[in-house]
Amino acid sequence: MKFLAARRRNPFVASALLIGALVAVGGGYAAVASVQPAEAAMTVGSETQVEAGRQLYLEGCSSCHGLEAQGTQSGPTLIGVGAAAVNFQVSTGRMPLAGPGAQAPAVESVYSDEDVAAMAAYIATLAPGPAIPTAEQIDYADADVAFGGELFRINCSQCHQAAGQGGALTQGKYAPNIMQSSPQVIYEAMLTGPQSMPVFSDAQIPTEGKQAIIGYVRALQESPNPGGLSLGRFGPVTEGVFLATAIFAALIAAAVWIGIKSR
Amino acid sequence: MTSTSPVEKAGGATATYVDQRIGSNKFLARNLGKVFPDHWSFMLGEIALYSFIVVLLTGVFLTLFFKPSMVEVVYDGSYVPLKGIKMSEAYASSLDISFDIRGGLLLRQMHHWSALIFVAAMAGYSLPDDLLSGTGLQIARGIMQAAPIVGTWMAFLLFGGEFPGTDFISRLYGVHILLIPGLILALVTVHLMLVWTQKHTQFPGPGRTNDNVVGYPLLPVYMAKAGGFFFIVFGIVAFVGGLVTINPIWLFGPFTPDQVSAGSQPDWYIGFLDGALRMMPNWETVIFGWTISWNIMVPAMILPGILFTVLALYPFIEAWVTGDKGEHNLLDRPRNAPTRTGFGMMAITFYALLWIGGANDIIAVAFDLSINAITWFLRVAIFVIPPIVFWITRRTCLGLQRKDQEKLLHGYESGRVLRLPHGEFVEVHQPLSVKDLAVISSKTEHVPLPAPEKADADGVRNKHYKLQMRRHKLSSFFYKESYVRPTDEEIEAGQHHVAHDAELEAPLHAYEDADQINRAHGGVLHHPGMAETNAEQESQH
Repeated sequence: MKFLAARRRNPFVASALLIGALVAVGGGYAAVASVQPAEAAMTVGSETQVEAGRQLYLEGCSSCHGLEAQGTQSGPTLIGVGAAAVNFQVSTGRMPLAGPGAQAPAVESVYSDEDVAAMAAYIATLAPGPAIPTAEQIDYADADVAFGGELFRINCSQCHQAAGQGGALTQGKYAPNIMQSSPQVIYEAMLTGPQSMPVFSDAQIPTEGKQAIIGYVRALQESPNPGGLSLGRFGPVTEGVFLATAIFAALIAAAVWIGIKSR
Repeated sequence: MTSTSPVEKAGGATATYVDQRIGSNKFLARNLGKVFPDHWSFMLGEIALYSFIVVLLTGVFLTLFFKPSMVEVVYDGSYVPLKGIKMSEAYASSLDISFDIRGGLLLRQMHHWSALIFVAAMAGYSLPDDLLSGTGLQIARGIMQAAPIVGTWMAFLLFGGEFPGTDFISRLYGVHILLIPGLILALVTVHLMLVWTQKHTQFPGPGRTNDNVVGYPLLPVYMAKAGGFFFIVFGIVAFVGGLVTINPIWLFGPFTPDQVSAGSQPDWYIGFLDGALRMMPNWETVIFGWTISWNIMVPAMILPGILFTVLALYPFIEAWVTGDKGEHNLLDRPRNAPTRTGFGMMAITFYALLWIGGANDIIAVAFDLSINAITWFLRVAIFVIPPIVFWITRRTCLGLQRKDQEKLLHGYESGRVLRLPHGEFVEVHQPLSVKDLAVISSKTEHVPLPAPEKADADGVRNKHYKLQMRRHKLSSFFYKESYVRPTDEEIEAGQHHVAHDAELEAPLHAYEDADQINRAHGGVLHHPGMAETNAEQESQH
């Protein structure tokens, strides 16, 4: 005590205290703040996976999204988009973008599942974001399909069409056909709102609602066509085309045949 | 007296009885022998009639199960994805017809397909009260509301208050099963009576004039053909109804005004109006706080108004412009009425462009195009392309007329090239067949109406000068460039030429027919009076 008491009037004391306080506050904050991303990264992948993902990112993505995923003029930042967005965009082949256009089309993915998982793990370490949905989250076995249909017609059908066949948006953009989409992809799309699609967060549609929607879409995907040939489930336009081609052709052919002069 | 079977006796007795009561024998004798023109295209009208009969038959079945009510019920049928959903009774009963009533879906699909063939589904589209049909109603209501002053009240009147209300389906149902079929039946009857009293039109051909009909009698030939054709049409509709989905209402879900599906389209015959609506720029004027929605009024009210008025008046307009009020039972060949054909093609093009507009979103998705680009293309094209089509069609018709002219004068080109002894090549023309000659000479000669005089011989001013002048100009536009049929002398001269060709060719046949081929002339044809050397030929000319 004598030691401290003797030096408490020392001109350096104020500075030392200030530095000490700053270190304590800053260090404390850093310790508290780093808890979340550290946890997220832990759940997403190991260090080697993250490193592999970073390498893949640098090779395949960084030219547009930037070396630090900070975004450039040709691509948005990926900090905070979460693993779900990476999995959605890359596993459906939308990213890497094949060429400039109104919208990234879904094509065969160039990456293996492990590669996608690695990139997702890497992006997840940058900042917290929506994680890839767990098997439990996308389990629609017990979902209320009819309720899902109601949600689908309210939230989805104005763009994706009532039967999920897709529809046009402005300037060449479009809501894609979702008849081949897996439950995981549908869930991720709702969670992350890719391209023109809005985000349907858990506050808007809770997990049970999302599961119900997936259940309804699966029902659409798997349902047979009780009426016969579906004509793409597009409604009156394809019906009209079928009428104008096949039916009228058959009727006119019959008329010609009947009308042939009897000899 | 020959022995007759009991059946013949009974039939004869019945016929005699009916004849005594209503004098049917005379009527039948006169009308069963009625002649129908002999061409397959006259069967096309019957397609409409027969599909209408299918509509009626299947419609009767549907009325047994359809409940035209907007009372809210909870669905409990066998289509699982809608189980437990609240919906109108109309929609629920439509689902029941589709899934729970034996043969219901087949008959519903046959009803809709045959209605599309006949263009009679208008009201039926909205009855099932599914999301698509409700969207259609919502658009119809919007169009109604766009009418100045009365629009809102009209919509209130029709829907019994705010949209969608609880009355509309039952009101529409009455219209759909009673009013419209009644009207159509009445119109079909009028049409058949007109065909009966007036004569059938027919295509030009040998022996066909404006005063006769060449073909087969109604009984037995056309009775058999038409009867058979009915079953073919019925069969095609049943086949398609059984194998091809139409209006899958279960996919659309029940209608509520706060929902809509992408790709909502009307059936094809409304498509052109929807297209006009989609193409129209978003123009509105506000006058003293009242909004005039040009964006809806122009495409959905004014345009169809003009379209149908012109369509109905066109025959009278043309009769006035051309001064041709004669009876025409012989059909004009399209080329022989170039201006009319041009107008027709222009109208078809206009209609088709509107149609494309109606499907702009489906086209955008299917062909990876921008919907905005399609809309802007159509906004320009609707004004530019139809006139171009008019011009091309008219010039094509005139060109074909000129070709006909040439055929009349010189016969047709046989495609056989003949080398004359002096080296000249000629293509042999051959005389037209009787049929071709009849078809080509069926052209009605028209000359433009003469220009009016400003005053008559006594110097009295012509009061109608301006109107007559306008008529003269329109008439000239119609007929000015048409080719006038050559005179009989000209044709005579032309036929002479054809005969000359035949004469030229005669030695060829003689040559081919000859047993011994004379090779002295190196295979060059030779016949009396023909020059053998170029010098000789020149001296002949």
